[in-house]
Parts: sequence; structure tokens; C-alpha cells
Amino acid sequence: MTDIVIRADRLGKRYVIGHRTERERYTALRDVLTRSTTRLLRTALDVARGRQLIDGDEREEFWALSEVSFELKRGDVVGVVGRNGAGKSTLLKVLSRITEPTRGRVEIRGRLASLLEVGTGFHPELSGRENIYLNGAILGMRRAEIDRKFDEIVAFAEVEKFLDTPVKRYSSGMYVRLAFAVAAHLEPEILVVDEVLAVGDAEFQKKCLGKMKDVAGQGRTVIFVSHNLAAVKALCNRGLLLAGGRVVRDDSVDAVVRQYVNTSDAAYSISFAANSARPAISAIDVDSEALAERHLIVDIHFASPKPLHTAVGGIVLRADTGEAVWGSNSRFHPSRNPVKGVAYGVLRCEARRLPIRPGRYSLSAWLGDWHEDYDARIDVLNFTVGADDAHSLLPPASAVGHLDWPAEWGAAFETREASIA
Amino acid sequence: MPSENKSPPIEEWRNHPISRSEQTHLRVLEASHSERNYWSDLWHYRELFAILAWRDVAVRYKQTIIGIAWAVVRPLLTMVIFTIVFGKLAKLPSNGDAPYPILVFAGMLPWFLFSSILSEASSSLINNASLIGKVYFPRLIVPASAGVVALVDFTINLAILFGLMAWYGYQPSWHIVFLPIFIAFAVVASLGPALYITALNVKYRDVRYAIPFVIQFGLYVSPVGFSSEIIPSEFRFWYSLNPVVGVIDGFRWSLLGDGSHLYMPGFLASIGIAVFTMWYGLRYFRGAERAFADLV
Repeated sequence: MTDIVIRADRLGKRYVIGHRTERERYTALRDVLTRSTTRLLRTALDVARGRQLIDGDEREEFWALSEVSFELKRGDVVGVVGRNGAGKSTLLKVLSRITEPTRGRVEIRGRLASLLEVGTGFHPELSGRENIYLNGAILGMRRAEIDRKFDEIVAFAEVEKFLDTPVKRYSSGMYVRLAFAVAAHLEPEILVVDEVLAVGDAEFQKKCLGKMKDVAGQGRTVIFVSHNLAAVKALCNRGLLLAGGRVVRDDSVDAVVRQYVNTSDAAYSISFAANSARPAISAIDVDSEALAERHLIVDIHFASPKPLHTAVGGIVLRADTGEAVWGSNSRFHPSRNPVKGVAYGVLRCEARRLPIRPGRYSLSAWLGDWHEDYDARIDVLNFTVGADDAHSLLPPASAVGHLDWPAEWGAAFETREASIA
Repeated sequence: MPSENKSPPIEEWRNHPISRSEQTHLRVLEASHSERNYWSDLWHYRELFAILAWRDVAVRYKQTIIGIAWAVVRPLLTMVIFTIVFGKLAKLPSNGDAPYPILVFAGMLPWFLFSSILSEASSSLINNASLIGKVYFPRLIVPASAGVVALVDFTINLAILFGLMAWYGYQPSWHIVFLPIFIAFAVVASLGPALYITALNVKYRDVRYAIPFVIQFGLYVSPVGFSSEIIPSEFRFWYSLNPVVGVIDGFRWSLLGDGSHLYMPGFLASIGIAVFTMWYGLRYFRGAERAFADLV
């Protein structure tokens, strides 16, 4: 019997996207007419052939995955890392059978369950109890299996008292706990997990990570996608670095994470799709010029469906070795002008002359209030702090740490008449 | 073994052996790999089908007063209006000695089943877009479970009809034992076009705007407010090419008894058309199914 549970062979996935050609400097009726005629003809042709309609004048093929080959053995815990758009999510979707590959093939040996989102299919009108059964069935559990694990799920989620309350009345924390609890009790041989640890409060995240470690420790195979490099390093023994839809490196997790951090382009700014249900971080900006002077100036933009009583922000800097180096939080370093009763705004954090070693760091941001966590974006930005060559004579950070604090060295001399014979 | 096991989940899991049969289970994913065991796969997901159907029903009747009242008031009011317009004003004849309201209701029963399966199932994939993008299961489950809601409404309507019959002291004949067959016929006749439309709707979102129009139009084209026996005999066959005609005739024959005659050539034509649409709808759906996740 072979020990290989997943074998991907030259996988490719193509999407077709449409563009609009650059606008003419002035609009000529002739151009508009020709353009709309060709568009109409093409649409009619597509409908007749039953093909997908593409918006725009030009078509572009886009290979989200190409020539992806790898083999996973039973018990492998693989972290898939790569920038946004590198093909991580597409890979997971292909493995989970949600979408089919355009080329190549995958062989999967054993029951595979995928967890691409926490709480898939949760219905707000239904009670917690009902949603456990609904979500369990959606994730592929049998009814008997859910019956058997029901009490454990409830205990893990800590929602005993609210089992018969519709989940629309749950706090966001309870909702996420319940959703993860169901997922955590899946018993597949192969588990595929996408960025699901980015939710919930820190304590619950720790609990989830622990649970996932247990899964990994039992000879089950786990494929884990995350931007949270610390979690990837803690959990995985193998890494797969994707870039532009290809496997760039297939190696130990340490090697892969290091290569990822050092080769990824610096990113100083990122924005996120709006979340209409709860307060969320809408964008994060870092002042790139100030970084050279080791001043970290971060703007956390937030948006909320209703005015917030208060908003508290937090940031964490993580070194390329995966350790958190420094962080701050406006609970502990209170803001001079606290947020009150606004739905949109920016929290600015300024840290001047950070005493950290020049090098690559990634930034995580967090949004909450005094009691609750709203949103966390882990390791989403990635940049160089300080001038890279300044301390080239120092031993590496893995040997002497990340702090750059000047020490004064002196020496005491005993001038003794050495009697050298 | 696991049922009385009170150890923490992690322990249980660790001790839980991975069965041999699961270990050897091999699945190959390839481009345009037509699923050879499509139907057994569908059977494998029967519990998900049951729970999605249950969800749709539960959500619909969660705000009970509105839910049930709506299911009762809508057919009753439509019946009253049709009886006045077609029975009293237009003075159209009924089938045999059946009271006109019962004639109308026996036609409305399958019509509402047809139209609600059509409208619920057609939008079902779009309504469950988040599910389709995140989990694999045979997509056929989604429109099928939407159809179950329509069947629940249908059961309520059937109870109303029996109440109405009791009120008028109208005795149903022994034909009623064939009712389940006609219900199945109605489901097939509506699921065929519904599958086609729901798959089309994923690609072209404006298809759904046509549905209410089709349903409104169909209500007057189909013999809901009147008996199909008033159709001149030379057109009767062509009229029956609308499968709903066959469904409604079948219902009236089975519920109203001897007063209604089943016009056989037309009825068989209706069945033929319905089976063909079902086959075509299923085929189209299966062809489009693989790309749903990329489109929704």
C-alpha cells in the first residue's frame, strides 16, 4: 500500500477575464457602433454555444494555477504560502472538488474534508442546535456522527446556554466559536483549511491552533493556507510556496517561510473588501519613507455598519524568523483622541525610532473595543525597517535577537608591569 | 465503541482507527472528468439533501403566522376570484356536477405546485451561492430541496381542498388512489424546466426576471380557472403540448371523479413533453454544474 495520499500532476486552472480596451480620446459614434455590434454578435454567439459571458472588449486568459505538481504523504502537515493571487485558494478549491482543473490531474486517497470558511451555510434564523446539524451535514458529517459529537461540539464552543437561540442573536465571538467547533470535530483523513484562524479572539485562536495541532499529530494529512506565518511555522512540517500559480519551492516549512518573506515585494498598503455585518478593518497603510528612519507610522482604517461606541486598534511586528518582535495596542497605550460614536475612521499609531534590528518585518493589525474583537489581519504587510546594510557586522538575529539597543562597552585596564622574562 | 466513550474529543479521535475501506478509497480529479458514479454520489449526499430541505422549510415557517397564513390565504383568494370571473361572470361549465370552486381548486393545486417549484428552484443556486463557492456536493441537491418547500405548501393546499369538498358535501371517487402518480407527474413537469432555468440563471442573471412573467402568463394559458373540456376538440391535442394541461387534467380526473374525462392522446403528449424536458433539463444542468463555482 502506498503512503502517498495526494498526488497532483501538472495541475492547471484557467480563468477567462475580460478587459475594456483603453478609451479613445473622444467618443466617435462610429467606434461605439462597431464596438457594440461586435459585442452583440459575440454575446449572441456565446449564448448560442452556451458559453460563459465575459464582460469587456478583450479577453485574457489567466492561469490561476499552472504546472502544479506535488506529492503529500500520510501525516504531512503542509503550509501553503504565497502572496494574494498566487493561486493558494484556487489550489484548495480544486482539491476540494469545488472547481475542476483545466489541465492535469489529482489523485486523492481517503476522505477529504475542506474548511474554506468558518460557518459555511449557517442560517441566522435557525438556532444554534439546528445550525450544528446543518453545518455538520454541509461539511460532510453523517447525522449519527453529529449526534455522537454534539455535546463535545457544544462544550468546545461554550454556548450551552444559547443552544436554542437563533444565531442572529449571537455575539460575533459566539458565532465564530460555534462554527469552528463544528469544523473541529470533523474526522477526515485529509483536512484542507483556508485562512480560518484569522477570526475570533486571541484565546480562541490559540484553542483552534491547538486543536489543529492535535489533528496533525494523529497521522492525518493537513493542508493549511494562511498568511499567519507564525501559525504556519507552528503547525506545519512542510511548506509549499506558490507564486504566479506555480510551485516555487517545496521544502521544509522553515525554508519556505524564509524564502517567502525575503522574496516577497514590500507592501506598504492594503485594503479589504467591506464587511456589511460587523465592524472591520477596511485598509492599512504604512508610511514607507519613515521606515528608513525606523519610525513606524501605521494607519488602520475601519468601517462599521453602525456607529461604534469606541474603537481600539492594535499592531504586531513580526520578524522574518516568525517571532513577534513588538506590538502596541491602544488599550494599553491609550489614544490621545479616542474614537466615539463614528462608523468610519482611521486609527493612527506612531512609534518613533523603534529599537529593532533593520530587516524584513511583517505587520498584523487588529480592531476591537474594550470587550470584543472585531477584526484581525495577520501578517498582511511586509517591508524593510531601517537601512539594510547598517549592521551587517552583527551576528544574525537568530543568534542575538531582534532588539537593536546600543550598549556602551568599556574596559578596565590593569596596568601591571609585566615581567617578561 | 465511540458512543459511550466519554473521553475528550482529541483522545477519541486519536484512538479512532481509520478504517481500511476508507484508506483505499481513491478519487481522481481531472479536467472534464465526467463523474462516472454521479448517481451513487448523489445518494451518498442524501442526508445533506434532507437537511437542506428541512432548512428551507424551517426558515419559511419560522415566522409561523405569516408563513402558514400566506400558504392558506393565497390559494383561497385566487379560488374565489376565479370562481367569480370564470364561473359566475363568464358562466363557463364545470366538469360534471362538481361545484365550480372545487373545479378551480383542483386545478390550482397542481398549478401552484408547478409555479412554486419553478420559481423557488430557479433562484435556489443563486441564493446558495456562498455554499457553492465553499463546499463540494452534487449541485442537484439545491434545486431539489427547494422543491420540497413547494411540496409542503402543496400538502397544506390539499388539506384545504379536502375541507372544501367536505363543505360542499362532494364525494371524491376511487380515482383518488392515483393522486400520488399525478403529484409525481407534476413534480417532473416542473423540475425539468426548473433545472434548465436555474443552470441558465447562474450564467445569465437576468433570466430570473422572466420567471414571474412566465408564471403569470401560464396561469391564464393553463386550464386553472376553467375546465380544459371547453377547448374545441380540434385544438385539444395541441393545447395538451403544455405539460401543465396534462397535469391539471390528471388532477381533476383523480379528484373530481367520473365527471372528468381524461383525454388520452393529449395526456400522453403532456407526459411525453414533461419527461423530455426533465431529461433535457437534467442533462443541461449536469453539463453546467461543474462550472457553477466559477460563475456564482
